[in-house]
Amino acid sequence: MIGDVFGWLNDQLLRMQWLADLVTLLLRDGFGLDTAGRIGGSIHFFIYDVIKIFILLGALIFGISYIQSYFPPERTRRILGGISGLPANILAALLGTVTPFCSCSSIPIFIGFTSAGLPVGITFSFLISSPLVDLASVILLASIFSWPIALAYVVVGLVIAVIGGTLLGWAGMDRYVESFVFRNPVVAHDGAEAALTRRQRLQFARDQVVDIVSRVWPYILIGVGIGAAIHNWIPQDLIAALLGQDKWWSVLLATLAGVPMYADIFGTLPIAEALVARGAGLGTALAFMMAVTALSLPSLILLKRVVRLPLLAAFTGIVTVGIIAIGYLFNAFGYLFV
Amino acid sequence: MIIKILGSGCRKCVALGDNAKAAAATAGREAEIVKVTDFADIASYGVMSTPGLVIDEKLVSSGKVLTTAEIGEILKRL
Repeated sequence: MIGDVFGWLNDQLLRMQWLADLVTLLLRDGFGLDTAGRIGGSIHFFIYDVIKIFILLGALIFGISYIQSYFPPERTRRILGGISGLPANILAALLGTVTPFCSCSSIPIFIGFTSAGLPVGITFSFLISSPLVDLASVILLASIFSWPIALAYVVVGLVIAVIGGTLLGWAGMDRYVESFVFRNPVVAHDGAEAALTRRQRLQFARDQVVDIVSRVWPYILIGVGIGAAIHNWIPQDLIAALLGQDKWWSVLLATLAGVPMYADIFGTLPIAEALVARGAGLGTALAFMMAVTALSLPSLILLKRVVRLPLLAAFTGIVTVGIIAIGYLFNAFGYLFV
Repeated sequence: MIIKILGSGCRKCVALGDNAKAAAATAGREAEIVKVTDFADIASYGVMSTPGLVIDEKLVSSGKVLTTAEIGEILKRL
């Protein structure tokens, strides 16, 4: 009984079954389109996914930003400064999920952490997990796939961040940080950690919604557009032949294709959704998604300004290998989650 | 008085710059608004979340878009 109620809430609130039905109804009765057909199906996927993602995104970012307002980077840095070793890497990965983050602030955060004396390995645990395991994306994953898949994604994302950062630390990569980084002053202005009032937190949350939605909407439209095309126009046989989970190269191909690309996780989700629906392995789709969000040419070019090539190469290599390994793991054990 | 806006040119930085300009005008202060976009320069003020606001080389806020009134308050205290 309780399970039924939860299932219903999950279907209606998170998966928005009502919206799918509404769009079907509208297309069929209003425009005479058959949503089982190719054109109708594409239009249905596009309208339903765009509306669903924007509603979820707005609500999620608001709630999550409210939580995030308790964790400005200054506070995260202070918390991490007090511990060391593996616990520090784990905590850094966890804080990465709740500290407000956009790719444009990764360099100031890197410099701010490093100049305060945080080891490079711990800073990288933070920098890997921040774009990869976004709280909002986890709930979107649950909406599009399922809760077990979303939770498994969080766990493996954190594991990549912890292992990646730990390896970089072990390898003594600190020496490849540009020296000007260490010469920066560690100054915190008076207001940086001042307790906010509830009104200021609500204000912050609202600003974040406006800021993030205005930044990511083109990626979402493009992502859903590609998803709709995959969903209805690319033959299922072709996707299964290229990216099916029985093909040993599928994860490799998806990861290498995703690495240079830059897109927000919200734009990548509908592509992953469509790929899985059309026969790609779950691990393959997740590997593609992780590769797109964790690594991108623009962010690597920015990072190059503060670290030297060996560190940059090691970072890219470790994260890429981690993503590929996770792709194969999900393809092998993905049946447990479906 | 020199007001520096630290940030990579995102929309928040533009808003903060506009508010700072308005606040200075309201306070009747002569202010030059300087945009600092280089990451190394931004970090040299100790800022980890943009946009940051620097008034006469003193960092007064980071990570939020202060309103014209809030900047006005800060100007009074300086």
